[in-house]
Amino acid sequence: MKLPPLTYHRAESVEHAIALLAQYQGEARIIAGGQSLIPMLAYRLAAPAALIDIGRLADLATIGLDDQGLSIGSLTRWCDIQCSTEIRKNHPLLHDAIGHVAHYQIRNRGTIGGSLAHCDPAAECPAVVLACQGEIIVQGSNGTRSVRAEDFFQGLLSTDLQDDEVITAIKLPPWNPKRLWAFSEFSRRTGDFALAGVAMHFEMVSDCISVPSIVGFGVGDRALVLRATQDALEFNAPEPETIARAVSIAREEIDPPVDPHAPPDYRRALFGVLLERALKEALGRNRGLMS
Amino acid sequence: MTVSHNNYVGRPIPRTEDPRLLRGKGCFVDDMHRPGAVHAVIVRSHMAHGHLLAIDASRALSIPGVCAVLTAADIKGEIGVLPFRIAPLEGTEPFRQPVIASKRVRYVGEPVAIVIAESHAIAEDAAEVVDVSIEQIEPVPDVTAARSGQSYLFEDQRTNVASRYQIGRGKAQAAFEKAAYTRREQFSVQRHTAMPMEMRGLLAEWNSETEHMTVWGAAKVPFFNRKVLAGMLGLPNEKVDLIELDVGGAFGVRGEFHPEDFLVPFASRHLSRPVKWQEDRREHMMATNHSREIYCDVEIACSSDGLILALRAQVIADLGAYVGTSGGILASRTGQFLAGPYRIPDVDLDILSIVTNKTPAGSYRGPGRFESSFFRERLFDMVARDLGIDGLEFRRRNLLTQGELPYDIGQLVPYEGPTSYECGDYLAVLQDCANAIGWAEKASIRGRKIDGKYHGLGIGCFVDSSGAGPKENAILRIEKDGSISVSVGSSANGQGIETAHAQICADQLRIPMERISVFHGSTTLLSEGFGSFHSRSMIMGGNAIVAASINMIETLKACAAKYWGVLPSNVVYEDGHLRTHGRILLSLAELACAVDAPIEAFGSFGTKMKPFGYGSHAAHVAVDVDTGHVEVLDYVAFEDVGRMINPMIVHGQKIGAIVQGLGGVFLEHLMYDDNAQLLTGSLADYLLPTATDFLNIRAVALDLTRTTRNPLGVKGAGEDAIAPVAGVIGNVIADALT
Amino acid sequence: MKLQDVSFSVNGELLKVQVEPRRTLADCLRHDLRLTGTHVGCEHGVCGACTVIVNDAAVRSCLLLAVQVDGWAIRTVESLASGEQLSPLQQAFQDNHALQCGFCTPGILMTAQALLESEPDADDEKIVEVLSGHICRCTGYLPIIKAIAQARNAINSGRKIAR
Repeated sequence: MKLPPLTYHRAESVEHAIALLAQYQGEARIIAGGQSLIPMLAYRLAAPAALIDIGRLADLATIGLDDQGLSIGSLTRWCDIQCSTEIRKNHPLLHDAIGHVAHYQIRNRGTIGGSLAHCDPAAECPAVVLACQGEIIVQGSNGTRSVRAEDFFQGLLSTDLQDDEVITAIKLPPWNPKRLWAFSEFSRRTGDFALAGVAMHFEMVSDCISVPSIVGFGVGDRALVLRATQDALEFNAPEPETIARAVSIAREEIDPPVDPHAPPDYRRALFGVLLERALKEALGRNRGLMS
Repeated sequence: MTVSHNNYVGRPIPRTEDPRLLRGKGCFVDDMHRPGAVHAVIVRSHMAHGHLLAIDASRALSIPGVCAVLTAADIKGEIGVLPFRIAPLEGTEPFRQPVIASKRVRYVGEPVAIVIAESHAIAEDAAEVVDVSIEQIEPVPDVTAARSGQSYLFEDQRTNVASRYQIGRGKAQAAFEKAAYTRREQFSVQRHTAMPMEMRGLLAEWNSETEHMTVWGAAKVPFFNRKVLAGMLGLPNEKVDLIELDVGGAFGVRGEFHPEDFLVPFASRHLSRPVKWQEDRREHMMATNHSREIYCDVEIACSSDGLILALRAQVIADLGAYVGTSGGILASRTGQFLAGPYRIPDVDLDILSIVTNKTPAGSYRGPGRFESSFFRERLFDMVARDLGIDGLEFRRRNLLTQGELPYDIGQLVPYEGPTSYECGDYLAVLQDCANAIGWAEKASIRGRKIDGKYHGLGIGCFVDSSGAGPKENAILRIEKDGSISVSVGSSANGQGIETAHAQICADQLRIPMERISVFHGSTTLLSEGFGSFHSRSMIMGGNAIVAASINMIETLKACAAKYWGVLPSNVVYEDGHLRTHGRILLSLAELACAVDAPIEAFGSFGTKMKPFGYGSHAAHVAVDVDTGHVEVLDYVAFEDVGRMINPMIVHGQKIGAIVQGLGGVFLEHLMYDDNAQLLTGSLADYLLPTATDFLNIRAVALDLTRTTRNPLGVKGAGEDAIAPVAGVIGNVIADALT
Repeated sequence: MKLQDVSFSVNGELLKVQVEPRRTLADCLRHDLRLTGTHVGCEHGVCGACTVIVNDAAVRSCLLLAVQVDGWAIRTVESLASGEQLSPLQQAFQDNHALQCGFCTPGILMTAQALLESEPDADDEKIVEVLSGHICRCTGYLPIIKAIAQARNAINSGRKIAR
């Protein structure tokens, strides 16, 4: 499974990378960690004429936290996100999710930008960024733009990224410490892509669920915001009937792929179970908060 | 033959192989580099069934660095077919595989051409643009389609049933007619395979001056494969050598003669250049033998108090597109071992081997045992429940007792004579196993929901043979420095024979083990050898080394006698020294230097009387019915393996085999669609156990009863532990959900 | 295809090679530099056999291009032993029969080495977690876990003695 022939360029700057992308007119790919891209080349599922390596652009690998929120450079590696005290203390959902990503060795190289650009439907990171209403900062020949996560992830392995654009940063709005949250996924083995997963957070206002954000992954062609499920929970007390109703709606709202490993019926049932357990786990944090 | 005992056999000696492997100084075939070597990539059929119309290599040949694209047309004379090495079943000859497709393709992955280029990457670039025209024939994706008659893989045979025979013992029909209780069930095991970490590879070098072919990368049965290759190349055996290097796992699938074992050497001779071929993982999944896909319709007859009277079964093996070198091993051994270690006087078997448009299937660790144990042990638990008898008690009533052994099992495979289970205490080992899992103590949790999960206990018993095949040969040589070189026909694939064989030799010659080096497998070492399969390396190779060692002592005495000019009866051999007249002493080094001819001794051992190992495994699981996840909380294995040459190596085999078995139960599946297209193409699809999956395994190897079927008193230990795993897990999950 | 010059240090030695851009680090180490201790088991980043240490982190060498590591520090299994003397980690593997065919072993050694360097107090659970990034078909993993834990204990007690 040797890689197809290609030319290699090392980008000296983001602008340089963009210029090269523009030059190749869609026939070049950005390589950062390479943990998703290289296997695709090995299987010859992609055969770009060139790879543009942005891996040395240290400016893209910073983590910053301020009143505006969390800003993570696109080249930040999983292992650095995992080790970040700022993220552990201030963005528990993201911190929890990272531990589920692939394996130790992959986390040493894989980047958050790479994961978002790849947009695997069962990946953890797009789901968390979506659940946190994040924005993806993208730079191209036409300048810089900020794309809402929901607009960025468009379909199976498909994003809003144009041929001459590079993700430079991911911004998450400030995390409200009052939030109850949970991250749960089910896979056959540790580190596998999830057969189904859920990332969620909400607040409790007058003992009712408020501003719920429920995102399913592994259960559609991309991470999905489950609006109908959110609506079924919002403004309601988390009684068993409410949860059951939300679970039932969620099972219909998702769109699991046909896949010999896990047929749609199984994924629907599984997702419902994960959702229910995650809701209970999140509510359990409430008791912790209150005590 | 009297076996000596001294210092090493029976002790957990650290392995001789380890230092080089740990330092990264092993030599696996892809580590080898030969000057001037070019690289081969095999072009494979993308269709499961079709007429091979044309191969257009023009685009491929125009790529710089491409040397050649060879097809069936380049082979002069008849296209060779892969022979049967074991388990030949009557009437299956027409279903053998040609070394390359010429007119028809029968599975996705079947070789149709071989591209040779200056680098592996260029060869792959070229292979991608070789245009293969195939006119589709209706594919046969499974045994049901195979038996429907809508499409035949071999037109002139007018059937996809390559073999069918009935075999048995006693009078099952009569037993069924009289039985108070019967039950019939259908079971199956999904297609999966060994998946060793090193894929297959070969480096072939044709020397046109000496007209000699050398092939590195041999494994399992190099001598047999040498004969096959020599025949296909039209060369005498002595002009072909197969060299065994370090081998990254075999488990039965690597080392059998596959098409590439001809195509790569053929290419080397054709081009007069060394040719290297290294299989990649995607290719391995479609090109290396599959296994385990067996269906069983089984019926049991019992008395009302749970004594088994008879078994009858139809066994169907889905062999894939061709009957390969493993012959009919899968279906035949499933039938043979179906009755297991139990007192079942009447057995009636209908055994079918069917071809379908999938990768050919062959032996994988314990072929037929993993499958048959599942069918039998699962059925037993169903029966026990029907009759209101605890599963453990049901087995106690039906296991053969020590007094009933040896137990004649009759002739249950057509290519071997009747055989018998030998000594053992099946009941004692079953009880040990039950105690270890806590069968009595944990009775109350069975079927109970605890912390959201259903708990269960399961148990299963098995018996397995080892040491099949012809004899084995060994040659000992005393080197000038007094060290001993042992050349043995056994093959190494990670099971530690360099250590275990040295232990045996050291004890026989009563010298320190460090003075012994073991060389294995390659055809350059011996004139004839027979390799490693069915756990025979200790039984055959080990005993051959004993014989050679005994002969060596006599040879040394005669040699020293001649040197001193005394009668051999006046010479004594003592711990690496020769002595005469009570005082004159010679070391092995001194003697070796003093004489001209190398001091060598030959030894051989063979037997048709296979020893039978046996045991019981049990498990405790917690099942999450909401997700389907099964957590193996505890898994215990108790086996009577008799004498252990190296208990550490034996234990390692047990743990490895159990984890492989658990992978086969929970994770591993080679999946095909309705067009017989292989859907499993990567290790993200084919799930193998990892470190986090099965942490709670205990394996106890007992030296309870010794076989008398070979001088060392050893049984094979490599395969047994995989046999009962599926039956135990099937039972334990059913127990949890009951 | 045009060859590119790359230079990087391997086991402390600065080396220069000329490679095709598509050449993976794994193939470069094995075939251009003839350091064949690093093995290739899948070429898609799953099995872990190709794991080496790059700038002190355990990574898959089949998922890196040689041209990407210009100027970096690579360590392979060949760096662990001192001549014929096995390192405490390697010795622990032999003591515990943590290898059979040895094909997956170099990759696992490098992961263990990287772990014990960065987290000398890594607990057993962490060892199992990092080991889950490797596939071994022979041993069933239990002896490997024991070996790495033994090495951790040996190295830590050695440190205490040194102090």
